[in-house]
Amino acid sequence: MKKESVPYISVFLICMVLWLMLTATFATDELISGFVIAVVVCVITAPRMQILNGLRLHLGAFPGVLAYLFYFLYALLKANLDLAKRVLSRNMHIHPQMVEIKTSMQSDLGKLFLANSITLTPGTLTVDVNDDKLLVHWIDCPEGADMKKITGEIIGQFEKYLKRFVK
Amino acid sequence: MMVLQIIAFTLIAMAASFVLLRLVFGPTTEDRIVSADALALIATVVLLCLSMFFESSLYLDIALVYSVLSFVGIVALAKVIESKVSSAEKEDKKS
Amino acid sequence: MMSLIGSIFLLIGAIFILLGAVGLLRMPDVYNRIQVGTKAVTLGTIGVVVGIIFIHPQWWSKLLVILGFVLLTSPVSSSAISRAFYRSGTKVWHKKRLAKTKPEQKGRAKE
Repeated sequence: MKKESVPYISVFLICMVLWLMLTATFATDELISGFVIAVVVCVITAPRMQILNGLRLHLGAFPGVLAYLFYFLYALLKANLDLAKRVLSRNMHIHPQMVEIKTSMQSDLGKLFLANSITLTPGTLTVDVNDDKLLVHWIDCPEGADMKKITGEIIGQFEKYLKRFVK
Repeated sequence: MMVLQIIAFTLIAMAASFVLLRLVFGPTTEDRIVSADALALIATVVLLCLSMFFESSLYLDIALVYSVLSFVGIVALAKVIESKVSSAEKEDKKS
Repeated sequence: MMSLIGSIFLLIGAIFILLGAVGLLRMPDVYNRIQVGTKAVTLGTIGVVVGIIFIHPQWWSKLLVILGFVLLTSPVSSSAISRAFYRSGTKVWHKKRLAKTKPEQKGRAKE
């Protein structure tokens, strides 16, 4: 697949799926109007959507997205139980600190997904993104931990799952 | 079942009032912005619950548009704060 | 039966939203408040949406659109705010510093 066609295909697919979900019918006239609108939106906006170049469009991407979503939900649940423990305990066990971690995601879209995942997982919040460094606010930083362990602990499995559908 | 739903709605109302407390008494401007963000998300949830109680899917559209607008508003606010900081830095460099 | 499952999901979501609100009241500084507010309220939204999907199954597609939008944008907006605060010089709270500078921190009016 050519590189230039990736934004067109993905914008068209996103528009079409959104249209189908919002109208919630498969009537022919709705389908035709949705198709026309999706094509118009795609032609106008796709040349400016350079961020979508980070997507990998192939057949293995779909199960990758599903696996990522399930892992993400599990991490979110874990984060909230952890947070509940902290909020409801009498003296909150928190040692907040800013740490800088390195990521190996190359595209902007990958960094966006990674930052979102970090924000919604146990005790961490993405504050800033510079090139390949993420500034992360960590709610419970252990004393004197080394960089490599921190990176592994925060990013964890996310990069492995993300690399199946973004660069 | 109805009892469970009413309890859930009461809990959400309590949460909204707590966030409102932080919005009114927040010691700094930052706290107020954060609580406004959380309050917008809670308002979306309240709209969803209203659509469930009145059994009308019109409220779902309102919830969708409300969440879009609150997201745009918060990002615009963040941009304003950042541009203020960067312009202050430029003036520092000039003087 | 479906309605009962939906109500239970709704209750779980509401409990997490309440937890987020309590955390917003109790946490000591802005970054921690952003964390609690974003995470707990987002999970609460997921719970409420899943509950409403069980109660009114004919609305599932629209509810899923709302859920996807909230999941995608709420971390982005909280990250944008925290970056703005970080660049405008809001400091990170430490436990030890609080004991020394408590009287100052009460009147910490930045602007």
